[in-house]
Amino acid sequence: MRITVDSDRCVGAGQCVLNAPAIFDQDEDGIVTLLAEPGADQEAAARLAGGLCPSRAITVHEG
Amino acid sequence: MTHTEPATQATCPVTGATAAATDTDPLVVDFPLRAPGIPFPPPEYADYRDRKGLVLSHLPDGKRVWLVTRHEDVRAVLTNPGISSNPEHAGFPNVGETIGVPKQSQVPGWFVGMDSPEHDRFRKALIPEFTVRRVRAMKPAIERTVDAQLDAMLAAGNTADLVADFTLPIPSLVISALLGVPPADREFFESRTRVLVSFRAFSDEERSAAAKDLLRYINRLIDIKQKWGGDDIVTRLLATGAIGAHEMSGVLMLLLIAGHETTANNIALGIVTLLKNPQWIGDERAVEETLRFHSVADLVSLRVAVEDVEIAGQRIKAGEGIVPLVAAANYDENLFACPHAFDPSRSARGHVAFGYGVHQCLGQNLVRVEMEVAYRKLFERIPNLRLDLPDDGLNIKYDGVLYGLHELPVRW
Repeated sequence: MRITVDSDRCVGAGQCVLNAPAIFDQDEDGIVTLLAEPGADQEAAARLAGGLCPSRAITVHEG
Repeated sequence: MTHTEPATQATCPVTGATAAATDTDPLVVDFPLRAPGIPFPPPEYADYRDRKGLVLSHLPDGKRVWLVTRHEDVRAVLTNPGISSNPEHAGFPNVGETIGVPKQSQVPGWFVGMDSPEHDRFRKALIPEFTVRRVRAMKPAIERTVDAQLDAMLAAGNTADLVADFTLPIPSLVISALLGVPPADREFFESRTRVLVSFRAFSDEERSAAAKDLLRYINRLIDIKQKWGGDDIVTRLLATGAIGAHEMSGVLMLLLIAGHETTANNIALGIVTLLKNPQWIGDERAVEETLRFHSVADLVSLRVAVEDVEIAGQRIKAGEGIVPLVAAANYDENLFACPHAFDPSRSARGHVAFGYGVHQCLGQNLVRVEMEVAYRKLFERIPNLRLDLPDDGLNIKYDGVLYGLHELPVRW
């Protein structure tokens, strides 16, 4: 699994940080940043965050 | 007025009266969809969800609107670039005027009614104030606010109206601290915000006057922050220069109106639900399930098509209004099994109680903290809390837009 984030689309709702804090953070402007690619135990959290993102700024590439 | 309480238990699985999936003409239903005295969410929502396509309704002003009820369709509407949030478009649904909520055209900076990219300048300027990290840092101050309310309640006796004494003051005090309202003025600020949202206890004139008082106060606050500054959102927003001085009062009023009554309603209804389901008291997951279960802002996310679009196979023409029913989406069995059961152990995360798309609630993480602290402190400090309802039960508050309680009498 690989994650990409689109900071231009991000609206700073913070759902990713709330639900997958090991993978996502917000920078000082509140915009999404990728902390780390998800390990095997983080894949479910990454998918959840991707599905919840209200502005579809997170893309989860499976495989 | 007596109302049926929200159901906390239901036989599961719940099956709606499934309509024939072969319908070609959309169902047409009356508006408003919710009358006093009916259970929430209206049982019709399940029928609407089960039908193919969308449901058509006519607003009191005669405009036709499309009702959207399935979770995936609500999310599709709220992310479709051909669908607008701007109420200045002809065809935008007008579900009723709310006293004190200004009209779009009267208030520069009322960015919930703007579309991208115009909207984004405001949102981006405000995001840093509501990050998960920033909101967590506010938690100790929120705990002090909640404790102070409980101190006053406990000192006053063994009964209280939790709406007046607890759920309305907490978000008002949190917002006034956020805006940098000096402590000496917070009681004034709280009293005015209370009048603004209490439509049964105060006349329309009193509520309009309270809205004017608040706007006047906010304008004065902006002047003071321009001169003296402070550790608050107003000072920081002014420093960024992203929001003009003429837009600032609209932005601040919007933060107040968006964050006050909605939060109070969620706290109040959640307390009732926890008292009826005490096995979940002390479980933090109750916050997310409460947001889904009560869906207090069912009718807030109104939209209008600005080009021809297709949702759920239904063509919506440019200029037609769209009413995504958030409560219907949050009871969609495709995502939430046994939706009428209050079950914090489910994954309620996908709910759209805060909306979806670029307008999804900016303060949602602040609301979560306020709810968590309010429930935890209340039940820790008053473990023998119980409802003290009159014979006719809960006084459900519903102004046609938001769902809450007029009062919540308790004793201990």
